[in-house]
Amino acid sequence: MLLLLHWFGQYSCCLAGCIVSLHVDPVICEAHTGVLYTELSPQECLPSLVLIPTRPRLFSVCRNEDLKEMLESSKESLKLEAMKRIVGLIAKGKNASELFPAVVKNVASKNIELKKLVYVYLVRYAEEQQDLALLSISTFQRALKDPNQFIRASALRVLSSIRVPIIVPIMMLAIKEAAADLSPYVRKTSAHAIQKLFSLDADQKEQLIEVIEKLLKDKSTLVAGSVVMAFEEVCPDRIDLIHKNYRKLCNLLVDVEEWGQVVIISMLTRYARTQFTSPWKENNEKAFYESDSEEKKGHTEEKPYIMDPDHRLLLRNTKPLLQSRNTAVVMSVAQLYWHLAPKHEVSIVTKSLVRLLRSHREVQYIVLQNIATMSIQRKGMFEPFMKSFYVRSTDATHIKTLKLEILTNLANEANISTILREFQTYVKSQDKAFAAATIQAIGRCATNISEVTDTCLNGLVLLLSNRDETVVAESVVVIKKLLQTQPTQHSEIIKHMAKLFDNITVPMARASILWLIGEYCERVPKIAPDVLRKMAKSFTAEEDIVKLQTVNLAAKLYLTNSKQTKLLTQYILNLGKYDQNYDIRDRTRFIRQLIVPSEKSGALNKYARRILLAPKPAPVLESSFKDRDRFQLGTLSHSLNSKATGYQELSDWPAVAPDQSVRNVEIIEASGSDSEEESSESEKTSSDSGKSSSGSEQSSSESELEQKKKKKTKKVPQKKSKPTAADRYSEIPAVYRCVCLLEGPVTTSSFGPVKTYELLHHMTGKGLAAKYHFPRQPCLYQPSMVAVQVILSNSSDHSLEEIHIGDRSPASLSIHCFNTIERLEPEASVTVSMGIDFSDSTQAANFQLCTKEDQFSVSIQPAVGELLMPSSMTEQDFCKEQGKLQGMNETSATITMETANASSQAISKQVLSVANVGVVSSSQNNFSRFAGRTVSSGALVLVSLELKESSTALLTINTEKTVMASMLLRDIKQALTQA
Amino acid sequence: MIHSLFLVNASGDIFLEKHWKSVVSRSVCDYFFEAQERATEPENVPPVIPTPHHYLISVLRHRIYFVAVIQSEVPPLFVIEFLHRVVDTFQDYFGVCTEAAIKDNVVVVYELLEEMLDNGFPLATESNILKELIKPPTILRTMVNTITGSTNVGEQLPTGQLSVVPWRRTGVKYTNNEAYFDVVEEIDAIIDKSGSTITAEIQGVIDACVKLTGMPDLTLSFMNPRLLDDVSFHPCVRFKRWEAERILSFIPPDGNFRLLSYHVSSQNLVAIPVYVKHNITFREGSSQGRFDLTLGPKQTMGKAVESVLVSSQLPRGVLNANLNPSQGTYTFDPVTKLLSWDVGKINPQKLPSLKGTMSLQAGASKPDENPTINIQFKIQQMAISGLKVNRLDMYGEKYKPFKGIKYMTKAGKSVLQRMHIVNCK
Repeated sequence: MLLLLHWFGQYSCCLAGCIVSLHVDPVICEAHTGVLYTELSPQECLPSLVLIPTRPRLFSVCRNEDLKEMLESSKESLKLEAMKRIVGLIAKGKNASELFPAVVKNVASKNIELKKLVYVYLVRYAEEQQDLALLSISTFQRALKDPNQFIRASALRVLSSIRVPIIVPIMMLAIKEAAADLSPYVRKTSAHAIQKLFSLDADQKEQLIEVIEKLLKDKSTLVAGSVVMAFEEVCPDRIDLIHKNYRKLCNLLVDVEEWGQVVIISMLTRYARTQFTSPWKENNEKAFYESDSEEKKGHTEEKPYIMDPDHRLLLRNTKPLLQSRNTAVVMSVAQLYWHLAPKHEVSIVTKSLVRLLRSHREVQYIVLQNIATMSIQRKGMFEPFMKSFYVRSTDATHIKTLKLEILTNLANEANISTILREFQTYVKSQDKAFAAATIQAIGRCATNISEVTDTCLNGLVLLLSNRDETVVAESVVVIKKLLQTQPTQHSEIIKHMAKLFDNITVPMARASILWLIGEYCERVPKIAPDVLRKMAKSFTAEEDIVKLQTVNLAAKLYLTNSKQTKLLTQYILNLGKYDQNYDIRDRTRFIRQLIVPSEKSGALNKYARRILLAPKPAPVLESSFKDRDRFQLGTLSHSLNSKATGYQELSDWPAVAPDQSVRNVEIIEASGSDSEEESSESEKTSSDSGKSSSGSEQSSSESELEQKKKKKTKKVPQKKSKPTAADRYSEIPAVYRCVCLLEGPVTTSSFGPVKTYELLHHMTGKGLAAKYHFPRQPCLYQPSMVAVQVILSNSSDHSLEEIHIGDRSPASLSIHCFNTIERLEPEASVTVSMGIDFSDSTQAANFQLCTKEDQFSVSIQPAVGELLMPSSMTEQDFCKEQGKLQGMNETSATITMETANASSQAISKQVLSVANVGVVSSSQNNFSRFAGRTVSSGALVLVSLELKESSTALLTINTEKTVMASMLLRDIKQALTQA
Repeated sequence: MIHSLFLVNASGDIFLEKHWKSVVSRSVCDYFFEAQERATEPENVPPVIPTPHHYLISVLRHRIYFVAVIQSEVPPLFVIEFLHRVVDTFQDYFGVCTEAAIKDNVVVVYELLEEMLDNGFPLATESNILKELIKPPTILRTMVNTITGSTNVGEQLPTGQLSVVPWRRTGVKYTNNEAYFDVVEEIDAIIDKSGSTITAEIQGVIDACVKLTGMPDLTLSFMNPRLLDDVSFHPCVRFKRWEAERILSFIPPDGNFRLLSYHVSSQNLVAIPVYVKHNITFREGSSQGRFDLTLGPKQTMGKAVESVLVSSQLPRGVLNANLNPSQGTYTFDPVTKLLSWDVGKINPQKLPSLKGTMSLQAGASKPDENPTINIQFKIQQMAISGLKVNRLDMYGEKYKPFKGIKYMTKAGKSVLQRMHIVNCK
């Protein structure tokens, strides 16, 4: 052995020599190993331990020399090869910083891949080699002016990633310039650069906020996500910057890339909580406060809650994102609904959340955590999906416990038997830790639902005879808690447990039994002293918690039954006095002073019985997710249940909403000239749906659809020049063109106006008022019907019952009626949809609107444009079809348009407002074409408008329905000639 | 947002690191290793781990942990989703995502990571955009590059980045225009010991491989779209058209992508195409137990059930099993107690069975826990939910593409049958 050590000593000396003199041939090293192997048996020798740490060092130094040479060569391919190897080193976490001078020389290389790799290197090491890094700055400054947007953007990316404080002013300048760049891609990069500069030098905050403010106004979907990210990082408290951009962000949201959506949604959640009033009715609290003032009729002043239209806009525009493939987006919409939506609307997120459970394990983990928090407050939301939370034996342990948590939260009187049956199989699971967790869950169910307490208790007692120790121990602990809640008649169980005591070895379980016996010692007067006797025997071998409980048991018995146990107690106290654990020594001393009357112990002694045998409150078994709702759902803080760095508190709803007008935006562009009117329209409908009761959720979502559709058809005309990303939601298949690279900001339009007509005035209707509009969506009931939405509201002071549709005329008229509305409360309104087959004529549909008491004759007269539905076709198809419908089927007129209507966008807008047709994308600027079909017979209706000079135009309508054609011609003419 | 990324292999070595902000020392991973040690199974490592100054969010795929280092509040799903996207991209580029593949392509990996995140915020995650920026390595391209000196890195901004269809690159050209759609449905179910279904759900996806020239606009309609009430789409699908007409209308990305995934929940009745009959008995006083397992097809509409694999974790007390399969092969690992039986194809005329005896450890008590059987299978040419594609139309381009559709049903991660062990006196 000595010889061996000696060998090693010599050997390592030798090696040390090798390291110092770098030029030693590796062969020598190998020769050494050779020697070692021959001298020692393979089991004994450990040469690799010595060799391995030295070898790479030796190697890497040599390699660095090589690399330097390669980088300095004139051959491009050699340089590239060298850079690739260096990147390999960086990836492995090896230090390659000494190559910095050689690498940085290549920053201006023509070879794009080489350049990129140099960038990678530069960003990694610039912080360490600040002086040398400065050499590269001028290259980037030059590249910032490059005509190629990609080069500009990547130069800015690298420049801002070099964390060298000296270049802060240069970075600032570059960011400001890039924020005004024509290319949205460069602007996006500048938004990213803002965050980098801020983390490098927080003093620049004020200037950076200016840039952020400017970029927030940007209308490109590409920029939106990144700038909001910068906003969140730099100035999350500057809510005032958002006001003017709020509506724009809401409208852009569907088109923003998915990562940006997540950031924007979470920012808007925070924003909405500061700007809107709570949609949650807090009736209970009010009732509490007003209980005595009710007679004074104080509650009449209480205003009905009306949702801010901007609040509704946010909810409406985020809803489609629940269908996103990106789980983070779905989760962020879910949390938005949870924190912002009226209570009855939150449940629309359930299905999507449950769908996420089929995703990767990690996604499941986070989603389950959030569901656990949600299910505490809102059992009903997830109850129908209970089976999705059944545990599979293939689940990971943390998934299993979360599912168990949720199942326990969902348990109620109705489903408890199903859940308990499921739990029974879990208890028999091979995963014992999980079985133990299940027992805990059973305990929680038993305390929460009093009906099953006895059943659970019996089940748990049966488990006491289980062969597995953890299961038994957990049962004991849970039984102890359960008994505490209702100790009256359970002495049998306590006796049973005392019998088991000898076989149980898990300390926690032993301690629990001891505590139980001590607490209820008067109910088991014979057994308790005997258990104490056994404990006295084994005291020294017990675990600490068991010892503490033994001392407790002894003290309690001393007080109740001192005759039998006095000596035993003193013996135990003596043992405890000399225990190794100071807690036990401490407790022993305390107990002795408390119970054994002596000179020194004063007044406290008299109260010993009351102190030790005081009735104790039962422990509350509640979910560990109980207080997680203090964190915003979906956040890291929620996941960890502790506040993470940079967590932004979600504020409470303001009692009074701040000024709403701050969000109004003056429209500069011509295209949005009447958006004021439009938004007020949309406000109207949205507040309607906000008011409507939960029963009308279906219809309110329908009106949302219609809103959306409007928006899309509005957008269509712009597509000719610039397709917006919203196209993918539009009905018309578009011919996409390659987008010009230096595209300007994408404009978005707002909702189109919905013309609402009166059906029944509340004066004639004895309080029942009805309005209707055409949502312009395919009728759900029959394709030949026109969809009509009717908003019924009750303006009387009593509730109206059984609202339905009665007789109709002409009798042949086919109407799909809405379901009878059982009851409409005063001040409430409800939106219902119906379908009417007008048979392509503008003849009015007359029918009777009935309540329980009265019936009112009403009629719906459709405008001719509403009898159409958009048809999608290409320009060629259009011309072909138009050719077939000549002669009698053609109606045309020359019209003089109002100058404001002369642009093709305005034309589309006006035409679409009159008729429900689709835009046919046109390659000619002076032509606008629209195509539709009549709803009932499906006859083609083709509208084309040829712009002539001085705002005159030739309007042509081709269709075989000539009567409709002339009426439509009149309507369109009217719309275009009027401003 | 995402500060750094470490890739850790199964043996706990960091084999790649990438930093998007200032460098975080790799010693931060020690907290991860601690958690890894505590976890009994690799899957049990918690996805979110707090450390004093950072937070570690990790995903495990292909036996590699992708550990992201976070410094401040961020939605954890954001990071998790991104990490999975990284893995998908690697898989797309290298065919597999293994340690070896990543090490072999370390430069491409680095270039990709550089493009995917800027300052920790995702920049380009669409595969079509990335492929324009960095061309996937192929043998042919490497050869051409070495000869001509050209590179794998694009010099222009990818057209998708600015376009309204960011998922599709422009100027796509194919000589054979083809579009294939695979409807793949996976069943997950829990079956109780008597054979009745406790819960069953179907997770379906439509994966597409579209190789079409130009900017085709496709519509896909279904015979029974009502089945799809819980869906998530690739961003290319026009949502409104789906809402209104139940038709999938989209401009497809180039190449492979997942068009749609859907979920048919337990509310609908799901028929499990395979049934298992089992009989496991232990007699009091004997260390032998009887084991009897029979498989059979159920409601498969005449399609063959293939690649059937049955596995079960037998109770700990079982020492060895001496079984006799009527077809296929079985293995029993006496250490892990894992029994797996590779059945192959089920012949309805002659049902496969596995019979024999199990020996218990001498003196061990009769097992009282109930094991579960996990069943794997595949059925070609059938979608168990009954979903059928009606037609596929193409607009916007003139040529006639070749269209193909394929259906498949297979078992998901878990078709679990709970077993019951009978202990006779």
